[in-house]
Amino acid sequence: MTRTRVIGSRVGLGFRCRAGVVADPKRPEGAGRMERPEQGLGEPDSHPRANGCSLTGYGALRNGYVRGLPETETEIHHIAHNGGLYKRPFNEAFEETPMLVAVLTYVGYGVLTLFGYLRDFLRQWKIEKCNHASEREEQKDFVPLYQDFENFYTRNLYMRIRDSWNRPICSVPGAKVDMMERLSHDYNWTFTYTGRVIKDVINMGSYNYLGFAQNTGICKEAAAKVLTQYGAGVCSTRQEMGNLDKHEELEKLVARFLGVEAAMTYGMGFSTNSMNIPALVGKGCLILSDELNHASLVLGARLSGATIRIFKHNNMQSLEKLLRDAIVHGQPRTRRPWKKILILVEGIYSMEGSIVRLPEVIALKKKYKSYLYLDEAHSIGALGLTGRGVVEYFGLNPEDVDVMMGTFTKSFGAAGGYIGGKKELIDYLRTHSHSAVYATSLSPPVMEQILTSMKCIMGEDGTTFGKECVQQLAENTRYFRRRLKEMGFIIYGNEDSPVVPLMLYMPAKIGAFGREMLKRNIGVVVVGFPATPIIESRARFCVSAAHTKEILDIVLKELDEVADLLQLKYSRHRLVPLLDRPFDETTYEETED
Amino acid sequence: MDIKHAKDYLYWLYYQYLLVTCCYVLEPWEQSMFHTIFITVFAMVVYTAYVFIPIHIHLAFEFFSHIYDDSW
Ligand SMILES: Cc1ncc(COP(=O)(O)O)c(C=O)c1O
Repeated sequence: MTRTRVIGSRVGLGFRCRAGVVADPKRPEGAGRMERPEQGLGEPDSHPRANGCSLTGYGALRNGYVRGLPETETEIHHIAHNGGLYKRPFNEAFEETPMLVAVLTYVGYGVLTLFGYLRDFLRQWKIEKCNHASEREEQKDFVPLYQDFENFYTRNLYMRIRDSWNRPICSVPGAKVDMMERLSHDYNWTFTYTGRVIKDVINMGSYNYLGFAQNTGICKEAAAKVLTQYGAGVCSTRQEMGNLDKHEELEKLVARFLGVEAAMTYGMGFSTNSMNIPALVGKGCLILSDELNHASLVLGARLSGATIRIFKHNNMQSLEKLLRDAIVHGQPRTRRPWKKILILVEGIYSMEGSIVRLPEVIALKKKYKSYLYLDEAHSIGALGLTGRGVVEYFGLNPEDVDVMMGTFTKSFGAAGGYIGGKKELIDYLRTHSHSAVYATSLSPPVMEQILTSMKCIMGEDGTTFGKECVQQLAENTRYFRRRLKEMGFIIYGNEDSPVVPLMLYMPAKIGAFGREMLKRNIGVVVVGFPATPIIESRARFCVSAAHTKEILDIVLKELDEVADLLQLKYSRHRLVPLLDRPFDETTYEETED
Repeated sequence: MDIKHAKDYLYWLYYQYLLVTCCYVLEPWEQSMFHTIFITVFAMVVYTAYVFIPIHIHLAFEFFSHIYDDSW
């Protein structure tokens, strides 16, 4: 039982706080990541089974503590267990943190924390120059501003490996990029640029899934032509003078691409979420949000003023429990029924590489008559046979999703976001959404980039280039993931997701990995604490259709070398299906504001 | 050849020690401080073990042989 607890609760992390600002600006403070003590799970036997299905043969696998399990045959095919909801195998498994690694990681953080206290002490007594923000003289007697853990972490842990983040690049972020060389003479407090450029770094970090981020080719030419015709700026909003013929054309195309009645486009993906959710729900409504939702969704949910409840990542039991409780109990105190219940999920989760269990979410949504808001930022273009996103991936009907949101920043290599859905919804948003009324509309060359790339994916340009890109991406993803798994890395997520998180765990390895890879001319994104649980630091690769097999092979070869140097091959080939990850019962009353 | 191999291996071990203890990201003066503390503690543990374990084993041995002597 003790063992179950320690390992089960994702390495016994006392608090899973993901709120934060530092290492990766992508996921700041989350409503989805409220600090909440992780309770140990209940009795192992009484642990509710995934969707009521019994995983025959894997009953004891949950804690990864079955010895002598056959090494490879641990893939879990949920297709067999979900009453035919899935039309394809859904292989999503997460390997547990090995015990020794977890302990060593905590030791590392322990050492860093001790030295952090020492340095803080030296700074306070003015033995050492204080570089970070501190209170002014007049504020000295007030509540301290920079004493919380996040600030401590920023100045004493993050600062030491800060050189692996925010590196400026100076070329188009295609398969290879040029980076500006940067030096620090004071241990990362300040940087100076040497003026040299590191040429042809292999780019494993950009969200350029289909390879449309280019400065040559049809998209660029079309955009350049439109630029000479319309100029770059629009200088007005959609409701005033900023409604071009191009906008109308783009919205028609997006609607056709998604297979929905109507669509609306916005100048920024982030604000599409954060400004439209408040237009859709308000006081007296309930938002059910995945715990790992993107910051934009979290912000939108908070701005809306609706009550927010968090369900465990991709955990349908947790979602169903919340839905049921919401209907049974109604609003707190008054016990009136909720006006609307909106479920917020993402297509591909950008930190875990997991794909939402959309068939089950839709089944639940229909059963409990709630609404579904699907953020396809990473999945549009990247999933499905013809790049239509998760809905196509699972072979579902787009009309079952009430709000289809997505961005043009990733697969289309442009900027902006869209919302698709029923005509009434879009008409309502046109008049009520802040980013339609107050924000400047999309710039014409950007729109042209989207139009051309989208037509290309749809095959309307008369070539099969777009389709080949989608297939190439799927192939690259499978190849890259398979090879990494064979090499013995712990990687997270669905085997079809082009986002590939590779676990690093120890804090020193975050910095070492970024530096070693850059030394070998490969640019990677490493992710640390505020964006992930403190122990699960990782590197995140984004596979692209622009990567050729040779490029991927070079990356894999170098990765192999770096992994031997840093001892990163943690995997013991014991997979735990996501559904069976520990699930602390979030009771309804407990999460009340 | 072999010596080079051994040297490489030792360096690799040292590198692992740096990574696991997070010495890797410390500044040089912090590193030397950490090494000093680590070596001191380690040396003391080894020394204590060397001094006390034989004594304890000896005592335990005597204790048990006593018990067995009595019971027989
Ligand atoms: C899930 C999700 N939604 C929204 C956004 C924001 O999109 P944009 O970068 O176009 O503002 C992102 C960006 O990373 C995202 O991952």
